[in-house]
Parts: sequence; structure tokens; C-alpha cells
Amino acid sequence: MDTTVIAHLALLASAFLFVSGIKQLSSPATARSGNARAALAMLVAVVVTVLQNEILSWPIVAASVVAGALAGSFLARTIKMTAMPQLVAVFNGFGGGASAAVAGAEFLRVAGGGATLPAAEGATIVLGTLIGAVTLSGSFIAYGKLQGIVTGNPVVFPLQKTANAILFLGILVAGAALTVGDPTPEMYFALAGAALVLGVLLVIPIGGADMPVVVSLLNSYSGLAAAATGFALGNMILIIAGALVGASGLILTQIMCKAMNRSLANVAFGAFGAEGPKAKLKTGERPVRDVDAEQAAMILAYASSVAVVPGYGLAVAQAQHELKKVCDMLQERGVTVRFGIHPVAGRMPGHMNVLLAEADVSYDQLLDLDEINPEFGSTDVVLVVGANDVVNPAARDPDSVIAGMPILDVDRARSVIVMKRSLSAGFAGIDNDLFYMDNTMMFFGDAKQAMSDLVREVREA
Amino acid sequence: MSEMLIGLYVFVLATLAGKEVISKVPPTLHTPLMSGANAISGIAVIGALIVTGVAETPVVRWLGAAGIVMATINVVGGFMVTDRMLRMFKKG
Repeated sequence: MDTTVIAHLALLASAFLFVSGIKQLSSPATARSGNARAALAMLVAVVVTVLQNEILSWPIVAASVVAGALAGSFLARTIKMTAMPQLVAVFNGFGGGASAAVAGAEFLRVAGGGATLPAAEGATIVLGTLIGAVTLSGSFIAYGKLQGIVTGNPVVFPLQKTANAILFLGILVAGAALTVGDPTPEMYFALAGAALVLGVLLVIPIGGADMPVVVSLLNSYSGLAAAATGFALGNMILIIAGALVGASGLILTQIMCKAMNRSLANVAFGAFGAEGPKAKLKTGERPVRDVDAEQAAMILAYASSVAVVPGYGLAVAQAQHELKKVCDMLQERGVTVRFGIHPVAGRMPGHMNVLLAEADVSYDQLLDLDEINPEFGSTDVVLVVGANDVVNPAARDPDSVIAGMPILDVDRARSVIVMKRSLSAGFAGIDNDLFYMDNTMMFFGDAKQAMSDLVREVREA
Repeated sequence: MSEMLIGLYVFVLATLAGKEVISKVPPTLHTPLMSGANAISGIAVIGALIVTGVAETPVVRWLGAAGIVMATINVVGGFMVTDRMLRMFKKG
């Protein structure tokens, strides 16, 4: 058999390993081997590529691979789990940037030699550059917003949408000129620069609270950019892997939009999701029942089933480990403990599950929205920690601003303990009726302090 | 049939296959899914290796090298951090 055929068969095996690797992510029990399988697929693809293509400049290629591998492994080993969304944003940016660089190099190679680009190849190069560059700059703005370097508030200015639309049209015209006209390197770099600016402009008007959607969408883009370069180079494995990532990002984007009860258009153009100080609510008139650590411990210790609903406040306070201690002690007393996790509980899809896994909570105790909701009716006590809008029963009221948002039905439990700093509103900026219900008790305090008090009191209960 | 058209068939079918397997990933694994998918998008490293390998001018070579560095960060970092997370998911 000639080597080209063998190479293609090896790449087909690589494609199979990518798909079956992702398939193994369908259960936490097999997920780790699925990830290893995908990594093997990547290795096969790289080895075949290196063997099949002439590499004229070995030193620079080897140095680049070593530099990238060292930087990547350093980031992967040192990142804190709470900062995972930032890391994913950065990696996304690099993925998009790499595709843009490949598209650029291919353009300069062909056009630099004086040859005219075939229109179809030119179009895919323009597409790879455009999507890749938008992903690169957009991801770094998303990183900045998540990290607090760039303001979490939407940055808006007059005629912003008009400016974006004009820039986008300009890029399309320049792109068309590149594919049909007599392209020069300067035109190409102008296009890439404009796409980088567009990436910044598209993400700055989006609020910090909406970053999970943005990161998911940019994830999809980084795949599409890779697929576009695959078309430009006529390389099937690039197209396949790129399509898989494109699909994955798109599915996660849809899930996040649904969980936040927003359309993608509303996230992208709504300038919503500010993280700034909340307006004071008039909450003084309505009485709430409050409990201290000792009373809360008693209620929890003498329940037969407890469901914990963690929100991002828990992660901010770094109180997962204390929460785990409380749950362990309750289980030793024979209490059934489960966790109900809303899709937007963390800063990216599934983030809270990772944070709880880090605190050694068993994954079969982590129930998602659809699994836990039917169980609340038969649950004695729900402990809500640092969550607000996702447990607001107002979502069932058609007149509410959060009408229709999927929520955890904690108010159906026999009693609810809400651990929270104050009665202040969540991102939606509205009051939460749950706090004033007869079966609700407010346990005021900072999550970390309150949780360590709870550890002490449950131990003595 | 042109290579572009074959590519289009492959792209559409791979998207459908991806949609099938990815929609079966439970919410609890969505973060590892995202970082794993991220690592896969580092497949751009293939393109970067090809263009750098045949580069004849310095600009193309450096652009390709930048592509290799960025894509390798994405691949190595992405798979490693996904493994680090998945190692923490334990039962019982």
C-alpha cells in the first residue's frame, strides 16, 4: 500500500478516536479515558502530518512545539479550579489565533508567490482569518471581564451597533476584494486587524454575568475557524475536529441561553448582565424568619433528607470544603444528602460540579435541574448557599421579568434554609419571594464563616 | 468532485455526529467537555505544522511558528487540565 493511503487511514482512525472519545464523556466513570482517547487522536494526527509533509525548518518547528507545550502544561497544572472559565477563555483565544495565523501564512504563501488565489480557497482563508481573529481578541476581552481586569459592566457608546455593522461590512468587502481581486499582503493584514477590533467590540458591550454564554460561543468559533483552515488546506481531519468543536460550543451556548431564559441575540446585543452594585430594594416591610448556626444545625441534623443548592456565592467564599464537612457529618447521622445544581450555578456550564468534585463530593450526589426538581416535594430541608435568582419562584409568574426562567423548585420542600449575606437582589435585580415564605428561614452571614459555624454546631448537635 | 465539496460533506456529517455524541454529555461534565473540546480545537496545530514546514519566506515562517505555539498551548494545556478535572470526579 502506498504511504498516502496509510496516512489517510491513520487520520480516519484519528477522527474515529475523537468522536468515540467525546462519546465516553457521557459518564463520569468513562470520561477520563475519553479525554485520553481524544488526546491520542490528536497525537496520531500530529505524527501523521509531520511524517507526510516536508518540514524545511525543523529547528523553528521543534522550538515552537516545546515552547507551547511548556506554557500549556504550566497553565494546566497551576490554574485554580475557580479560575477555570478564564483559562478556557484564554485557550479558546489561542485556538482561534492559531487558525488565523495558519490562514494568514497560507494566504501569504500563495499570494506572495504572485499566484492568484482560487476564489473558493480565498473565501475559506478569509473566513478562517475572520473567525479566528474575532475569537482571539474576543476571548481575551472575556478573560479580562472574568478576571476583573476589564469592567464587568457592559461598555456601551452611541451608535455602537452601527459602528459594529459598518466594521463588519467593511471586513466583508475587504474579504471579497481579497478573493476576487489582486490581493496584497497589506490588504490581508488590514482585514486581520479589523477582525481583531471587531472581536473586542462584540464582547465589550456584554455584561460579566453573561460571560458563560460568550465563552461557549467563542468555543464554537474556535472550532469553526479550524474547520475553515481545513477547507483552505484541503485537510479532512482539520474539518472533522473543527466541526466537532463547533457543534459542542453551539450546543453549550443553547443550553446556557435556555438556563438564563435569554435569546442569543439578547445576550449579544442587550447590554445586560451588569455586575455593578445593585439598587437597594424595599424589603423592610416584609418580615423574615432568621435562624442562627445552632438552630440551622438542629434542623439539618434531625432531617431525614437534605438537598443543598449551591450558587456562585459559595465558590466566591471558597466554602465548598466546609460544606462538604457538614454534608459528611449529616450523612454519618443517616441523613440523605444530595446537591441540586442549576446550569448557571457557576461561571461556565458545569463549573459548580467541578468545584464540588474538587471538594471530594461524590458525583452521584450531584443532580441537575431535571433530576432534582421532582424530588423537592419529598425533601425535608433545602439548604440554599449563595444562590438567588435560580431559586426565585417569581419565574413561575408570567408577569415577572424572569418569567419562564428554569428554576430549582426549592419552595416545594418542607423547609428551606437560605444562607446569604443579606436580602439583596441577584443579577436579575428583583426581590425573591422565597425569603419571605413561611417555610423559609434566613441564615445571614458570609458563606465561609457561616459554614464553619455550621460545621461546629452540627458536630455538637 | 472538488476537494471543497468533499470537505463540505465531511463538515456537515461531522457536525451531525458531534451533535449526537455531545448532546449525551450530562450537565455535570459540561466544563470538562468544554475544555476538552477546546483542546480539540487545537487541531489547528496540524495546519500550522503544514504551513510552517513549507514556508519559504520569513513572514510566513514566523506566522506559522506563532500558530504552532498558540495551538500547542491549546492542545497540551487543554487535555491536561481536562484530565486534572476528570481525576477529581469520584464516586462514593
